[in-house]
Amino acid sequence: MIKTDVVIIGAGPTGLFCAHQLGIIGLKCEIVDNLDRIGGQCIELYPDKPIYDIPAVPECTGEELTNNLIEQIKPFNFNFHLSDRVQQLKNENNKWLVKTLNGKEFETPNVVIAGGVGSFEPRKFPTKSAEKYDGKSVLYSIKDKTIFKDKSVVIFGGGDSALDWAIELSNLSKVTLVHRRDEFRGAPASVQKIKELSDNKTIDLITKHSIKDVKGNGSLESVEIKSETGESKVLKADYVLGFFGLIMQLGPIAEWGLNLDKKTIPVNTENFETNKKGIFAIGDICTYPGKLKLILSGFHEGALAARGCFKYARPDEKYRFEFTTASSTIKDRLGVKK
Amino acid sequence: MAKIKYIEFNGTEHEADVANGLSVMEGAIQNDIPGIDADCGGGMSCATCHVYINDDEWFKKLPEKEMGEDDMLDQAFEPKSNSRLSCQLIVSDDLDGLTVHMPEKQV
Repeated sequence: MIKTDVVIIGAGPTGLFCAHQLGIIGLKCEIVDNLDRIGGQCIELYPDKPIYDIPAVPECTGEELTNNLIEQIKPFNFNFHLSDRVQQLKNENNKWLVKTLNGKEFETPNVVIAGGVGSFEPRKFPTKSAEKYDGKSVLYSIKDKTIFKDKSVVIFGGGDSALDWAIELSNLSKVTLVHRRDEFRGAPASVQKIKELSDNKTIDLITKHSIKDVKGNGSLESVEIKSETGESKVLKADYVLGFFGLIMQLGPIAEWGLNLDKKTIPVNTENFETNKKGIFAIGDICTYPGKLKLILSGFHEGALAARGCFKYARPDEKYRFEFTTASSTIKDRLGVKK
Repeated sequence: MAKIKYIEFNGTEHEADVANGLSVMEGAIQNDIPGIDADCGGGMSCATCHVYINDDEWFKKLPEKEMGEDDMLDQAFEPKSNSRLSCQLIVSDDLDGLTVHMPEKQV
């Protein structure tokens, strides 16, 4: 059990800057994120895309913004818990008990939800029948490629993951790559390689088709694919792999008894607290009249939520507003020489 | 201003007057029309505002897809050759009378 002042859910720009603000006012926090790296949507959706509306930064990429935010909170040595997801929030004696998917437990008076539009999960096949084999022979990520040795593997998708795995597994397995159109969005070199492998019959390449059904008797036997005009084909398959990128799912957040408005959490704009005492929501996931889904709004929200957390983390102390330019206490916390 | 018709997968029809300059996606969101999620808010990075343009004449009349739209559509639910991302369809008088069909779900 880790005791802390605040658990932040989400390591995107909003969560990171909120952590900074907590550090500045002398609070400790632990940061949990479902992704395997820090940065949230900035790093997952647009690491290379320039952003033009960060105050005083005329232009930066999602990756640069993330790196700068990480640099900014370094002095505080906060712990990150990546590739993990908060599953459960339970209130006990005015504290929140927080449990993660990987079995970590925190005790904290404050939880800040900076979860964007939820956690990133792989997009799955739309076919109901695929659910039965999910995690066994229908897979959306690969942990151990040796299971595919000498097997028939049908891969769906047109991006880098699909192409890279088709190339990688072509030495090991009988690979069929199925994509909905003739163009691929993967790296040009990979697309070229796929075409070579298809020309020399190392892999089967089928375009303008998508999945229709998977069939088996206990274990997976085949996958049926269809063209847009409705013709279908059946391919023998021991494994079916789908690489359709990631989708954001609200996930367990929906089950914590918070008021929800569509996929967002209403908050008050004084401290961004939700309908539950000690649970705050900031960034894209929160809503209030006039809400703008901008990174700069998330920064503001994080700063105010941090002050809201102070009240519950230090009930016997009075919060004192200080400037970073003038306060020696803050400079100590930042580890800068005076 | 354009009158846009949104038809849900179950056949329910909605009509909205959408101001020029807004996207077809925003027209749906602002009028609480279900069937378009738009998780990313119009950044062409989530494919949850996917629609079909069933009328071929209309499909041809729409501005062509920019780079990246088809890449996102690869990730949408049941994309077809008449699929578009509604966040990329900017409303003008020319779009008056457009009908879009929503897919069974946005994933």
